[in-house]
Amino acid sequence: MATVLPVYPTTRRNVELALVVLAVVIAGGAWAVVGLTLDGSLPPNLFAYAGGLGGLAVVLHLLMRWRAPHADPMLLPVATLLNGIGLVMIHRIDLAEGTSAASRQFVWSALGVVAAGVVLVLVRDHRILRRYTWTAAVAGLVLLLLPMVPGLGRTVNGARIWIGLAGFTFQPGELAKICLAVFFAGYLVVHRDALSLTGRKVLLLQLPRARDLGPILLAWVASIGILVLQRDLGTSLLFFGLFVAVLYVSTERVSWIVLGLLMFSAAAVFAATTMGHVQARVDIWLHPFTAQNRSGASFQLVQGLYGMANGGLTGTGLGQGRPQTVPYANSDFIYSSLGEELGLAGLFAVLALYVVLVERGLRTAIGVRDGFGKLLAAGLAFSVTLQVFVVVGGVTRVIPLTGLTMPFLAAGGSSLVSNWIVVALLLRVSDLARRPAAEVRNGPEGDTGVTQVVRTL
Amino acid sequence: MNRPLRRLSLVVAFLFFALFASTTWVQFLSAGKLNAMPGNSRQLYAEFGRERGAILVQGGAAVATSAESGDAYQFQRQYPAGPLYAPLTGFYSLRYGTSAVERAENDVLSGSADELFYRNLSSLLTGEQPKGADVTLTIQPKVQQAAWDALAGRKGAVVALDPATGDVLAMVSSPSYDPNALASHDGGTEQEAWTSLNADEDEPMLNRATSQLYPPGSTFKLITAAAALESGDYTADTLLPGPQELTLPQTSNTLKNDEGTACGPNDQVSLADALKISCNTAFGSLGLTLGADALDAQAAKFGFGQSLSIPTSVATSSFPTGDEVAGPLLAYSAIGQGNDLATPLQVAMISAAIANDGVVMQPNIVADVREADQTADVIDQPSPRELGRAVSSDTAQTLQRMMELVVSDGTGTRAQIDGATVGGKTGTAQHGTGLPPYAWFTSFAEEGGKQVAVAVVIEDGGSTESAYGGRLSAPVAKTVMEAALDG
Repeated sequence: MATVLPVYPTTRRNVELALVVLAVVIAGGAWAVVGLTLDGSLPPNLFAYAGGLGGLAVVLHLLMRWRAPHADPMLLPVATLLNGIGLVMIHRIDLAEGTSAASRQFVWSALGVVAAGVVLVLVRDHRILRRYTWTAAVAGLVLLLLPMVPGLGRTVNGARIWIGLAGFTFQPGELAKICLAVFFAGYLVVHRDALSLTGRKVLLLQLPRARDLGPILLAWVASIGILVLQRDLGTSLLFFGLFVAVLYVSTERVSWIVLGLLMFSAAAVFAATTMGHVQARVDIWLHPFTAQNRSGASFQLVQGLYGMANGGLTGTGLGQGRPQTVPYANSDFIYSSLGEELGLAGLFAVLALYVVLVERGLRTAIGVRDGFGKLLAAGLAFSVTLQVFVVVGGVTRVIPLTGLTMPFLAAGGSSLVSNWIVVALLLRVSDLARRPAAEVRNGPEGDTGVTQVVRTL
Repeated sequence: MNRPLRRLSLVVAFLFFALFASTTWVQFLSAGKLNAMPGNSRQLYAEFGRERGAILVQGGAAVATSAESGDAYQFQRQYPAGPLYAPLTGFYSLRYGTSAVERAENDVLSGSADELFYRNLSSLLTGEQPKGADVTLTIQPKVQQAAWDALAGRKGAVVALDPATGDVLAMVSSPSYDPNALASHDGGTEQEAWTSLNADEDEPMLNRATSQLYPPGSTFKLITAAAALESGDYTADTLLPGPQELTLPQTSNTLKNDEGTACGPNDQVSLADALKISCNTAFGSLGLTLGADALDAQAAKFGFGQSLSIPTSVATSSFPTGDEVAGPLLAYSAIGQGNDLATPLQVAMISAAIANDGVVMQPNIVADVREADQTADVIDQPSPRELGRAVSSDTAQTLQRMMELVVSDGTGTRAQIDGATVGGKTGTAQHGTGLPPYAWFTSFAEEGGKQVAVAVVIEDGGSTESAYGGRLSAPVAKTVMEAALDG
């Protein structure tokens, strides 16, 4: 932690409001374009939609003025815009296919914003969450195991990662992601010294003691367990990457990364050579254009690539492509749907939004002074990165398709709610990170720090 | 913990960089390859969803248009005149691709041509679908209709050219087919039409005017005569041996005249008279005297051996080489039998060049390409292009006079037109013993500054009698020439 002179940043809440309005204008404009292109007239629900999205964001904004006035001003506009773009594309595919996923997505957006508000109000200081380290661990595991409960779990496309309740389906793994991020941060902030300083050195690797190694093995076994039992490659990859990253940040030891990568490689090779559905994914990844794959197994991937190629640099324009040709065009493959109609330019803009989101998260981690906050913010930011990487990497053939959702964009309530909670937590941590020193001293836990870090680079 | 956090930021940056790179890879670097993949239905939909330009004929009537179809493909290609223009327009099929002008001008019709890029920029911004450009053919509908009617369903082809410009005024191939069935969006209809058309022994999808090679028969005597005149050793009055039978070198075979008689008194006949009565022995012996190289060179000057694109593709007419024209075979080649092969277009080009003072014009069927909106800006307008000089101006005029004799007083009298100067040459091409010969007629006509050159071939004469060219094809040529001079 660098020592710098105290700086008192303004809260920038007005900037946030302006950006939120801009985000709503962009999303509303896109919604209008879809209506004009596909129906030939301005959609009658334009103001309900734009007003609804804007209303939700503004409510959250006002809540922040009250409860988190120093929070980062970029996070809310970015999340609002991504959520809005997702709604537009889901609505556009609704029009092509005669479905009504957008209205459901809108309800989930509202629930997500409400959840974010509740988190902001209830969690007055993120350090409170440290008290619930083990609770979070248990909650995370329970959530992960819920789909295995007979009668409750649902299997969709071979992956048993859903639960069905009263007609609604939910992916509890999405919330488990947050619980585990809290657990990892809480556990590691306590055990970082033990993990980084004790143990024997074997070759170049500093091996930890067995009791310190326990939880890491637990995480390892859990992710492999999910992989095997639920056939959920994406989530296991996400958890493992998240854990290794947070472990590295807390211990500052590269050896953990080496160890993690070795274990990951071993698991990947094992899965790719012995498990049928993993083998199939790898085959699709390597040879999507063989005639047999193209019309069968890799149909979705290939159609997604065709769609993106069709979009080219500038896209076909909203409503003028054929994204509905791709199976799951509004969820798993929303990235290629956007690519087709908004082009490379549009996808760069979308990726840039994620870069801003993640960068603000990491900046918050660097800016906040307590170790738990650092690890929590870094973990959450990195999990968003990994999730985007796994999805986009899968769609663009960087890695095999593993099936995660695009944060904020993809149709799916669980993902939307959990990502709004992620943003709420980042906002909460950033509020403390950016709060002027005097106020921090009087903060809930009355920190006695002499120097404050507010500048980040 | 800030140092590892900064390193983690680098990892994050790297991961995002990979995504920016892979997205660029898909949407930019390999987009062309992906778009061209077989089975990429988006490209088909895109092409079929764009309003394709029309194909028009002179006077503005459309022979191929696109109408809104209301189905998944948005536009339906229609051919109002069906079989009449099918050899020219070709078809535009979802399953079987394109042919003829639909293929040759696909870039401008579909609107994807580079020339249209800047014009389409505004549609890119407005989000409006760019329209393809309209292609107008050089075809005169009246001449086309006259040729079709005169052919009356017989197997064959008619080509009419403007000798001065090379513009194709009519191009008919019979039997023809209905391209509407192939353009159907109903896969079953499309497939059924394709299967039955391909199974038809009469080959209705073959454009006989440009894609079928025939022995040119006696029409080739024009080239032999041209070679003789060009050599400087002959005039129209030069006497040639024209016996009843010509003894051929290295063989016991003889070349006979169709009538079975000598061509003139004392077995002698002038070059002009030999052409007038289409004397085989005179031209056979003339060919033997001139030699294969001279005939080959003269044929090449008229366009033989050249691959033409008008801009639809044209089969290459050929004069034989080597063993195929050695010894006695040369005499056969000199009268258009042997191994000579020519398209009706090429045969029309012979008359056209003679009528055009010896200059061969590049044949062409596209008059212009225009933007399909009200402004109708001309995007492309091919100008007449010389392919070369076949014979000197003097020779050309001599040949004109000789051809006029054929019509006024020879085998081609059925092509006479009141008030017009008409020159022609009949041809009857054997293509196997016992098979009905191909009846040829190639001609030019001039009246009041208007000019036209025509070639007609009719495949099934029905008997093996002689002088079919004059009897069967000359009247067809006459009708076509009248229509052209009248127009």
